[in-house]
Amino acid sequence: MYVAVKGGEKAIRNAHRLMATKRRGDRSVPGLTLDQIAGQLAIAVTRVMGEGSLYDEGLAALAIKQARGDLIEAVFLLRAYRTTLPRFGYSEPVDTGAMLVERRISATFKDLPGGQLLGPTFDYTHRLLDFKLAADGELDTPLTAEVTETAMPRVTDLLSGEGLIEEDVQPEETAAVGDLTREPLSFPAGRDLRLQNLARGDEGFLLALAYSTQRGYGRTHPFAGEIRYGAVEVEFFAEELGFAVPLGRINVTECQMVNQFKGSAKVPPQFTRGYGLVFGQVERKAMSMAMVDRSLRCEELGEERTAPAQDEEFVMSHSDNVQATGFVEHLKLPHYVDFQAELDLVRRMRGEWFDRQAADQAAASDAIGSGATDTSEKEAAE
Amino acid sequence: MTAVAITETEGEYNFAYLDEQTKRMIRRAILKGIAIPGYQVPFAAREMPMPYGWGTGGVQVTAAVLGREDTLKVIDQGSDDTTNAVAIRGFFEKTAQVKTTSATKDATIIQTRHRIPEKELTEDQILVFQVPIPEPLRFLEPRETETRKMHALEEYGLMHVKLYEDIAHHGRIATTYAYPVKVADRYVMDPSPTPKFDNPKIDNMKALQLYGAGREKRIYAIPPYTKVKSLDFDDHPFEVQKFDKPCGLCGARHVYLDEVVLDDQGGRMFVCSDSDYCEERRADGHLGDMAANPAASHLAGKSSGTAKTEAGE
Repeated sequence: MYVAVKGGEKAIRNAHRLMATKRRGDRSVPGLTLDQIAGQLAIAVTRVMGEGSLYDEGLAALAIKQARGDLIEAVFLLRAYRTTLPRFGYSEPVDTGAMLVERRISATFKDLPGGQLLGPTFDYTHRLLDFKLAADGELDTPLTAEVTETAMPRVTDLLSGEGLIEEDVQPEETAAVGDLTREPLSFPAGRDLRLQNLARGDEGFLLALAYSTQRGYGRTHPFAGEIRYGAVEVEFFAEELGFAVPLGRINVTECQMVNQFKGSAKVPPQFTRGYGLVFGQVERKAMSMAMVDRSLRCEELGEERTAPAQDEEFVMSHSDNVQATGFVEHLKLPHYVDFQAELDLVRRMRGEWFDRQAADQAAASDAIGSGATDTSEKEAAE
Repeated sequence: MTAVAITETEGEYNFAYLDEQTKRMIRRAILKGIAIPGYQVPFAAREMPMPYGWGTGGVQVTAAVLGREDTLKVIDQGSDDTTNAVAIRGFFEKTAQVKTTSATKDATIIQTRHRIPEKELTEDQILVFQVPIPEPLRFLEPRETETRKMHALEEYGLMHVKLYEDIAHHGRIATTYAYPVKVADRYVMDPSPTPKFDNPKIDNMKALQLYGAGREKRIYAIPPYTKVKSLDFDDHPFEVQKFDKPCGLCGARHVYLDEVVLDDQGGRMFVCSDSDYCEERRADGHLGDMAANPAASHLAGKSSGTAKTEAGE
């Protein structure tokens, strides 16, 4: 009976102490260092940075360690830290066209300026457990190639000349970009807020939604126009200096989905686009984000809204895993006051139900006893 | 890899954790809420170091109204000793170093989840509620865009239909907690999941009531001495739960009771949900018929000396 006990304070303290021991695991095994986590569990680290909305490998590694590898808990730790940081302003938009590309593929063209660059990927590996890895065997050094200076324009920029693909909407220079961490969300939300929401959204949730569009719930006919991964420079416009200064580089994955579109009353037939951008090499999420972004544009493109992935309020209200996990897990808190109220109601309703049954039965047996006809039996039971 | 470096930057947090800018933003929302009783004011809730759904809204409201001279009481399910109440009280002890108390009469701010203290509150007190779902119409209409419109137009027919259907199906209104109320003859409001037993207390209350929903980013308020009416029908008037027995420990009647299962033979007793109220009554010499029963000793808590060692393990 954990709720009625006095001394909850001591119980909590002891529970957390036990937790710290469990976290450490077998003390005869060396503890994980943050460098090990950041360097060898890099995709977990970038997922936590992305959904935690804070680009800091060290803090993300620490969060993962503290959370015992529970990534949603780690995201939560990072968010709770982030919210306490002072905010100096917003960076300039990053130019992904000028990315130092480590990987770049297009599923819509066999070859294209800048070429296809497979880069580090799980794709085409055979998913066989590598027992050499378990034994920490020798590792081949990767091959290197000459750095080429050829530009790698984005596929969507290549296609746009013909008007076959919709242009990027150029917002006015002065248009303020929304920020849902500073203003409460209201609907309908602009695409800026939608993309921010998706970028912070849970990978699993977006994956499932994107998958649902492929299975017919709001189909969008996507092609992976381009997926690129690499480093981009982040710049900040310094008011005092009058120009933008570089803050550093971050690694991002950008995904541009190109979607077949037969046209509508509002828009001529053309290819439309969905956009995904995430920290690190989290391609699954970047692709899912791009597909969900495209689905959410149904209204603007004059498509009928029928599926969950097209429903802005549904998607945006449920994509945040920190919110979701908090509310689902709050059911662990004591609810016995409300449960008592329900107990009382159910008891009374059950009492009335059994009384009614008994009365019906008594009436029925009386009726049979007196040899009544069908109709009078019915009346007696009323 | 040398990129990973953690510096001791944790440093010190501001008084009551939130920065002053954020507190100002929350206070503005609170003032708006007080000006429009029962109206849900959107506010930019921050991420807090406790999970959404665990009181982040209440904590932010408390942080925004808390001063150094305040005395804080935190209850959950009516009790100061439930785990989450302990955790939230500890949070403010750590971040604001304010005095805390379990005595309702000594508190200037009371943060609560699911109950209103039995003792009548005063004009000098603020009652802060933790709210999970602020929208009373949410389970009738899931879309925020729709429910905001319904509030704006004072279109509450759907709620009355729901209550009517309850009566048609069950012979009574089958809502036992989070029972909808109408505030100052205008807004239908969710009084948070307190049992409807507590609804009469929020009507014309002397204390200021503030409701905070962190995950849903809403704040609403009921100023002191405001008319708050529980929705009902002329032929099915609102009524509260009644308990057949008094509190087993202090003998109080007309209070909300918790049912405590004593064994697996169907043995159970009823005790005050408001633990401070119960302790105070016992200190004044009121004793219930189970007060001397060893089976109930661990429930009696602080005021019965022998019980203390058994407690908490």
